[in-house]
Amino acid sequence: MLWNLPYIVVVLLAVIGLAIIFLKRNLIKIFLGVSILTSAVNLFIIALGYREGGIAPIYTYAASEKMVMATPQALTLTSIVIGVATSALMLSFAVIIYKMYGTVNVDEIRELKE
Amino acid sequence: MIPGYITTNAPALLIAVPLLGAFLSPLIGRISRDARALWVLAVMTLTALIGYLVAFLVYTEGTLLYVFGATEATLTIPPDSGGIPIRIIFTIDAMSALMVTIAVTVGFAVILYSLTSDSRRSGLEAYYTIFLLMIGAVLGMVSTGDLFNFFVFLEISSLASAGLIAYKVERGRAVEAGLKYLLVSTIGGIFFLFAIGILYGQYNALNIAMLADMIQWTPLDKLALVLIIAALAAKCGAVPMHFWTPDAYSMAPSAVTAMLVVASQASLYGLFRFCFTLYGVTLNYLTIGWVIIILGVLSMIVGVTMAIPQKDIKRLMAYHAVSQTGYMLLGVGVGLAVLGDQALLSSYGTTAMEGGIFHIFNHAMYKGLLFLTAGAIIYQVGTSDLNRMGGLGHRMKWTMIFFIIGSLAIAGIPPFNGFASKFLIYESVFAFSPILSIIAMVVSILTLASFVKVFHSVFMGPPLPGNEQVTEAPKTMLIGMAILATIVIVSGIFPQFFVQNLIAPAAQALIDQAGYVATVLGGV
Amino acid sequence: MAFATSLSSGFGIWDPVLWIIAIIIGLVIAWLLWRSGVSAYKKGTDQARPYLSGNPEPSKGDVHIRAGNLYWGFTEGIKGYYQRVIPLHTGIATDYLLWIFWVAGILLIIVMVV
Repeated sequence: MLWNLPYIVVVLLAVIGLAIIFLKRNLIKIFLGVSILTSAVNLFIIALGYREGGIAPIYTYAASEKMVMATPQALTLTSIVIGVATSALMLSFAVIIYKMYGTVNVDEIRELKE
Repeated sequence: MIPGYITTNAPALLIAVPLLGAFLSPLIGRISRDARALWVLAVMTLTALIGYLVAFLVYTEGTLLYVFGATEATLTIPPDSGGIPIRIIFTIDAMSALMVTIAVTVGFAVILYSLTSDSRRSGLEAYYTIFLLMIGAVLGMVSTGDLFNFFVFLEISSLASAGLIAYKVERGRAVEAGLKYLLVSTIGGIFFLFAIGILYGQYNALNIAMLADMIQWTPLDKLALVLIIAALAAKCGAVPMHFWTPDAYSMAPSAVTAMLVVASQASLYGLFRFCFTLYGVTLNYLTIGWVIIILGVLSMIVGVTMAIPQKDIKRLMAYHAVSQTGYMLLGVGVGLAVLGDQALLSSYGTTAMEGGIFHIFNHAMYKGLLFLTAGAIIYQVGTSDLNRMGGLGHRMKWTMIFFIIGSLAIAGIPPFNGFASKFLIYESVFAFSPILSIIAMVVSILTLASFVKVFHSVFMGPPLPGNEQVTEAPKTMLIGMAILATIVIVSGIFPQFFVQNLIAPAAQALIDQAGYVATVLGGV
Repeated sequence: MAFATSLSSGFGIWDPVLWIIAIIIGLVIAWLLWRSGVSAYKKGTDQARPYLSGNPEPSKGDVHIRAGNLYWGFTEGIKGYYQRVIPLHTGIATDYLLWIFWVAGILLIIVMVV
């Protein structure tokens, strides 16, 4: 049961992120929800990378020979950077929308419909 | 006659040249505006030449492999790795080569067009950088043979496209469209990353060929496939996830919209690649095929019926893009539904897939042409509201001719290329299930109806007060449109040449999963 | 008769070159018929003006049917369909995301069960 704890946390974070996206009406809070959802998926990928008895792939003063291939860590780092760029772009859009529309309420940013 | 080091490294140059050109263009823009325009045009010409070279090599010699960081380009399995393709591999088979050809052709025509149509805007150094980045990302998305690399290029193209959609600001409406596009793309990317995590956790591999070798149909694989289909169908604008399409396509500058169509089709390519090559016959092909067919039929019907009451010219064309995506999904979905049944596959399945894939090629050409003509009209008149345009045919003769060519092609009227691909789709889908073919024909008639509406209200009739001073569009814009119109006409008069040499190898490459795996894992 | 330029699906043949030849023959016949008519048309004179029972002709901008009104019959005819589908295009950003989740959920149920 204890070994499944990371995956339980992933599901919890994903549900919290989804709840924020669909229940909150403020644009900045929705972006925070998207960010939490991204963190949930990043945690999922990292948690998949656990190998029992393995060590980091550094040759100097290596304790044993069983080294882990660092693919999931690389995936997660790339994903974190993409998440940063996406958050920056979304927040800059929110700034311009607030300047032009005067509101950050999702229900009122509806100029383009049907 | 072309040096060996260019032909071996051509897949890498395909990505490197646009990226380098993109990041050097602000520096060259410091010299003068014209220098930057010339630089962007030169970079795009070079990318187009490399794209055609790659396509030529693939069609004459077979699948191109390129391994990043190895001692030689085709060393897919390093000798000390224990039989695993560790590095990132670009696998360009016939289907990828077709998408590369489409992307560089439309990209070249669009960059030529945008040199004039966006010359009056401010902040242009960022514009061309992000534009070249988007083209490079689309080329990367269709060439890669690695799941995570596809995700990275997908995100690059989403971010670049969102920035370009919001470029005009326009009292906040373009930024709202860019925001909606970015939200949909981010959620799609998160779904896709989750599916990559599931597949990696099960099989410890990210290379598409290696996964195709090992994949089964466990419940976790079913979850991964559903997430991939939902994410990529949302990115390409299939109903009921199409709501971002009219907002984004209408608010972007017209040159960007034509390229956005190609980016959506690259996501469609990804959907087909993962359904056919990654899963192959291990998936429940009848169910998944019918799922894709239902998505296609819904897109066709909702797209065209929402297009008829529209009053904004680019919003109307965007709904038609949704509807035509339905044709592609229908054709390839029928091919997927009979994938395991060899007799049905050779009787009408392969023809249905050829129809769907030919429709991807045709749609990129005539939809790009239509959006470029809409951009020319908006550039000259100053508004995109159909209620305020009228009688432009007297002055804008060349634009009118290109618009006629584009709208006859999209409605499926002979002898243009729309009819050739719709002919293949109608005949083969009729053998699969007659009612789908009848729905497709009715949608085609409604498409013609709505374009007759646009043609009448924009070009026919007397010049309305306020439109008397409108002149013909500038020469570079006409040349950009002429390139696409020529391809529409030529591929309509000689469809057999295109189908035999470009499309049939692509359909064959999608169906032949074992060949793909053998090419990559065989080493050479 | 299948030439080198014909496209064949498994069930039939489409040859655009034959179609162009047929259309050219049709256009030639139409031109011959047109040429054998009476040419007493003088452009720009009273002969070409619209006749409205002697009433003055209103300005062009008033009588031109705008694009929004062209297909009124069609949109009225399937009004039931439009009244259900157009309100679904709300324009609210989080509704767009809700549709993606609904489709993923329904697809999951279909794929797991069937």
